[in-house]
Amino acid sequence: MNVPASWYLILAAVLFGIGAFGLLTRRSALIMFMCIELMLNAVNLTFVTFARTLSDIGGQATVFFVMVVAAAEVTVGLGIVVAVFRRRSSTSVDELSELKG
Amino acid sequence: MTTVPVVSSSITIPSIHYLAILPVIILLGASVVLVFATALVRTKVTQFVASSVTVAASVAVLVVTYFQWRCLDSSGPSTTIAHAIVLDGFSVVATGVVAVSLLMATLVAHDWALRERIVGAEYQILALAASAGAVLMTQANDLVVIFLGLEILSLGLYVLVAFDRHRHTSAEAALKYFLLGGFASAIFIYGAALVYGATGSTNLSTMSYFLASNVLTHPGLLYAGFALLIVGFSFKIAAVPFHLWSPDVYEGAPTPVTGFMASIVKVGAFAAFVRVLISALGTQIDTWRPILWVLVVLTTVVGASVALLQRNAKRMLAYSSINHAGFILLGIWAGTTRGVASTLFYIVTYAPTVVATFAVVTLVGGLGDENHSIGGYRGLARRQPWLGASMCVLLLSQLGAPLTSGFYAKYSVLASTIDVGGSPLALIALLSAAIAACFYLRWSSALYSDEPVEATRIVVPLSTGIVIGVGVAMTLVFGIWPGPLVTLCQHATLLFTP
Amino acid sequence: MIATSYAVPSIIVFVGAAIIIIVGALGVITFKNPVHCALSLIMTLFGVAIAFIAQQADFLAAVQIIVYAGAIVVLFLFVIMFLGVDRTDHVHVEPLVAQRPLAALGVVITLGGLVALMAQSHWVTGVMSASTDGKPLESGTANVHQLGTSVFTTYLFAFEATAALLVIAVVGAVLLARRERTLQADEVEV
Repeated sequence: MNVPASWYLILAAVLFGIGAFGLLTRRSALIMFMCIELMLNAVNLTFVTFARTLSDIGGQATVFFVMVVAAAEVTVGLGIVVAVFRRRSSTSVDELSELKG
Repeated sequence: MTTVPVVSSSITIPSIHYLAILPVIILLGASVVLVFATALVRTKVTQFVASSVTVAASVAVLVVTYFQWRCLDSSGPSTTIAHAIVLDGFSVVATGVVAVSLLMATLVAHDWALRERIVGAEYQILALAASAGAVLMTQANDLVVIFLGLEILSLGLYVLVAFDRHRHTSAEAALKYFLLGGFASAIFIYGAALVYGATGSTNLSTMSYFLASNVLTHPGLLYAGFALLIVGFSFKIAAVPFHLWSPDVYEGAPTPVTGFMASIVKVGAFAAFVRVLISALGTQIDTWRPILWVLVVLTTVVGASVALLQRNAKRMLAYSSINHAGFILLGIWAGTTRGVASTLFYIVTYAPTVVATFAVVTLVGGLGDENHSIGGYRGLARRQPWLGASMCVLLLSQLGAPLTSGFYAKYSVLASTIDVGGSPLALIALLSAAIAACFYLRWSSALYSDEPVEATRIVVPLSTGIVIGVGVAMTLVFGIWPGPLVTLCQHATLLFTP
Repeated sequence: MIATSYAVPSIIVFVGAAIIIIVGALGVITFKNPVHCALSLIMTLFGVAIAFIAQQADFLAAVQIIVYAGAIVVLFLFVIMFLGVDRTDHVHVEPLVAQRPLAALGVVITLGGLVALMAQSHWVTGVMSASTDGKPLESGTANVHQLGTSVFTTYLFAFEATAALLVIAVVGAVLLARRERTLQADEVEV
């Protein structure tokens, strides 16, 4: 018998937490961005686990769409990172944080 | 040679009600037409052509919503394409609001693009596609479709926020918006995953049927799921304490984009929020109400108080829009038909007002889009009575002054709250409106100050002028004579959820 | 004790996948060099793929490797190389929450609450799918068949909607990566 769903769900929750922690504490935009990917992977693992427990293929189909969204997000996100980098290097400002939360 | 086994069973494609998805098809179609025109036509696609296509598409969507409404009257609300999307009064009215916002924002952006000498049709392409995302959100009847709509809308806006290449703040704001938006999306879809585990489906109708016919003795998973969904939505509508991105992004984005964003995100996100909470999780109202209670109190009070401290027009409007988000949440908190109707009325009146307000801010911002201190508005109404008076009316409407649409919008959400015994909550919201009144009045009186200020006369281009005029007219007409619109919203809500 | 109730291989697979996932994830959030972070990310993605296979999601496991590890992480690495490894720190934002312990505490409390809520409801409360009659999902070719059927029936509209997502992503990326293009002072456009 396969291990219970709860093991995988807790694993996914921990992965989500690590991603969220990284996003909140790292400064580099690229690494924060990777942390978002970690969180989305945790979500996918959750969906697949529920799909197995409920014997419902719908959960797996949803993972498909989350992957598409992740790919589209990466494209746009890396575009923004490149745009910011280009502007900063062109004005040679190293520490720039014009917007304060 | 081994033969590959052929799976012979065929699949049945679900039936498609094309009238329901026509608005999305039109918006996306126009977007793709512009993409191809940009890529294939040898001469540059001019702003005039791109804006005309966008305006035509939004007018076409408005026409379609009229036919959808007629169809609803005769055959009632329905779902289509395997219950993934829904055609009901609520979605039709919200789609109409998206179209009006797109139409007005495009006209403002047209003049702005000419002023800033921006080439190409990219603004219009992205605005059209983002609007399609917002329409998807208003129609979605499945958490996956809501998620996709949310992402289409957000990705379009991230790029639009980074649109202004002359200022650092534009790309910086986009980066911040993107990282927090991605965080919010991940939280939202995690919530969707947990709700899926709790109910066995991502479809809102199935979910609501399951929850109505089963009593969960151990609802922990469901609670965890919709708490995360609420947090995800709160990021998108900038409810306190998930609002931190909003002032920076409002300030950093090009002003016409800010106006577009302020209206269209509110429409899409609130429509989906209403559908998830009221129609899918309506049975759980006693559980999510306390969460919304806290959100409403924080959002209205913090939004109004922090706005008082701002000296920048765009940041002030950002906090003002946070305050408005709190009021719109009030209608959802009430959870009744009347509450939903008042939420819809609030959105319908707020969207054109805020686009027109940002149209004035775009003009005052001047070339380079830099001049956004409140001081720049001193004596505007003395120099240019029409422009100043329009701004004054728009601000008073956001304040909620009588004879403007904002008054009836605030009145109806407060009344629906008191209806269900939320008097303390209504009182707190009213208090925040009083605080907010201080800065709206300060701004309005600055318009009429008679100190002599060195200022150049602002040229009002034709299409921006039309937008401001229409915005003011709608504000006044719906303020003085709200009856028909109220009836429409109530009728739309009665047709809510099949 | 546990081994008597659950098959030993499945426990080994779970523990292996869990170690790969967690070590990879910790690598992403601790390494200084972004290239190391990206490589750790691949490790996590592989671990997740193993967890997929262990739970009858064969097709998704393949997609996970091909799309995520193959395309997305390569895109990351490409951008890191493009900007220069030591210069990627130029693109930063101020941390969203300044104090690390505070962030850790917030995350731990939130997740603890979530897991407690999930445990309280015995992890899953939804109905078994009607279409499979409660039989477990199949793996192998049948999995692809089931998944395809689901995507083109129940999720047909969502599938079509992804087209819009991709249009936006393409236009957005082109626009962002392109160099500045505005009219010169002597050009006029109406």
